Amino acid sequence: MSQPSRRKLITAGLAGASGLAVAAKLAGDQGLLPPDAKGIYGPGEILNYATHRLVSRHAMAREFAPAQISNPPYVNGPPPKDETFLRHQSEGFANWKLTVDGLVALPAAFSLADLKSHPSRSQITHLACEEGWSYIAEWKGVPLSQVLELAGVKATAKYVVYFSLQGDWWDSVDLDEANHPQTLVAYGLNGGDLPVGNGGPLRMRVPRQLGYKSVKYITRLTVTDSLKGFGKGLGSASPEAGYSWYAGI
Amino acid sequence: MADSSSIPRHTGVVRVTHWLTTLCFLALLVSGVELVISHPRFYWGEAGNSNTPALFQLPIPASRGGVNTGYAYVLPDQNGWSRSLHFQSAWIVGATGLLYLLTGLKRGHFRRNLLPADFSWRALTQSLAEHLRFAAPADSGSYNVLQRITYLAVIFGLFPLMIWTGLAMSPGFTAAFPVTVTAFGGQQSARTIHFFVTLFLVLFVAAHVTMIALAGFRSRMRAMVTGRISQEPS
Repeated sequence: MSQPSRRKLITAGLAGASGLAVAAKLAGDQGLLPPDAKGIYGPGEILNYATHRLVSRHAMAREFAPAQISNPPYVNGPPPKDETFLRHQSEGFANWKLTVDGLVALPAAFSLADLKSHPSRSQITHLACEEGWSYIAEWKGVPLSQVLELAGVKATAKYVVYFSLQGDWWDSVDLDEANHPQTLVAYGLNGGDLPVGNGGPLRMRVPRQLGYKSVKYITRLTVTDSLKGFGKGLGSASPEAGYSWYAGI
Repeated sequence: MADSSSIPRHTGVVRVTHWLTTLCFLALLVSGVELVISHPRFYWGEAGNSNTPALFQLPIPASRGGVNTGYAYVLPDQNGWSRSLHFQSAWIVGATGLLYLLTGLKRGHFRRNLLPADFSWRALTQSLAEHLRFAAPADSGSYNVLQRITYLAVIFGLFPLMIWTGLAMSPGFTAAFPVTVTAFGGQQSARTIHFFVTLFLVLFVAAHVTMIALAGFRSRMRAMVTGRISQEPS
């Protein structure tokens, strides 16, 4: 190998490295850095999230024909067995509440009946688990954007954090995902109520990301400008267990 | 290294991209095996799960309880870091492949070294027969016809198909470019093809390493590290 081409290779390497540093700075300014951007796998997380936000910010998840619905809908693990959930279940979820707080003008608590009184959206989408299995179902619910509009999201908001009644499950999405028309606060499945096995009575449904972002049994939404104060500050319980916060991959 | 008894064999770009690809391939393989273990069932079409018939199921235990494997135990779950390692390696190998592709096109690497120069079926069957006898290949200073066809198939067939089927499993990417997944007939089909491409690549690496051993492991490793190969028969 000749010397000039080796020099060229080194120059190209250095140019590439400084280019990456500049790109990272620009990405931060543009809101393209995920909350779990640090650490050994940070570069991959940044590239995944930033690329998707650049190419598919407003793209719609694929929707399917009724004939493609998976029957029966797949149930992944048993519903919660704790007293609170069982009590709600015995009451027919009449007292289930979704509270909305944080950077909103009007903190609120919605019952299932409240949520059902608002215009709904139904969509037949694919739910893919990171494990490899998947199913197609018709999901019905209130677009999250509508719930946020009712509460009046403040201009400084950047993320919506959502919490489950179930143990340690909580997650968050950026405002692009939260305001996306297919992101639903879902209460219906395949024409009926959302069964407890599939996250009923109320589940977040984020069809442009893997199944674990669609947290089941949700009871609370918090609108925030920073994810630092939640858990370890990585944006979700998933990164704390080694998984990506952005799961559109 | 540039002593009179050795001659140039591989360019710097070929050597750097070769070893980066090797590292990434190993990382992708190990993490990919981890991911498969969490659901060792494969399907065809859009959707598939433990309720639906499988195309086939690997006869191994799983790292999650949702699959009936026939084994009484569940393996430790390692999907978290495996997924992160898989995607990060995919980015690096993608960039490496792009560098290799662009420099290769610019410098005529593919035309000169990989396109079978004077292809004939006789030469191919002869080369195939030599390989099947595990004969030590003669070093003619350039790739033989079977080698050229195999490298071309890996570079322009298996690698692009691997990236494509990987993208076809991404709900975010397929939202923007649905044809990525519909071209395969669904997300589960893409996953199954991704698995088979892995098998072909593992087969390729096994054959590649075997041929290196037959041709002379030390001299070939030296050639891919230093760029030069000894003129004496190895």
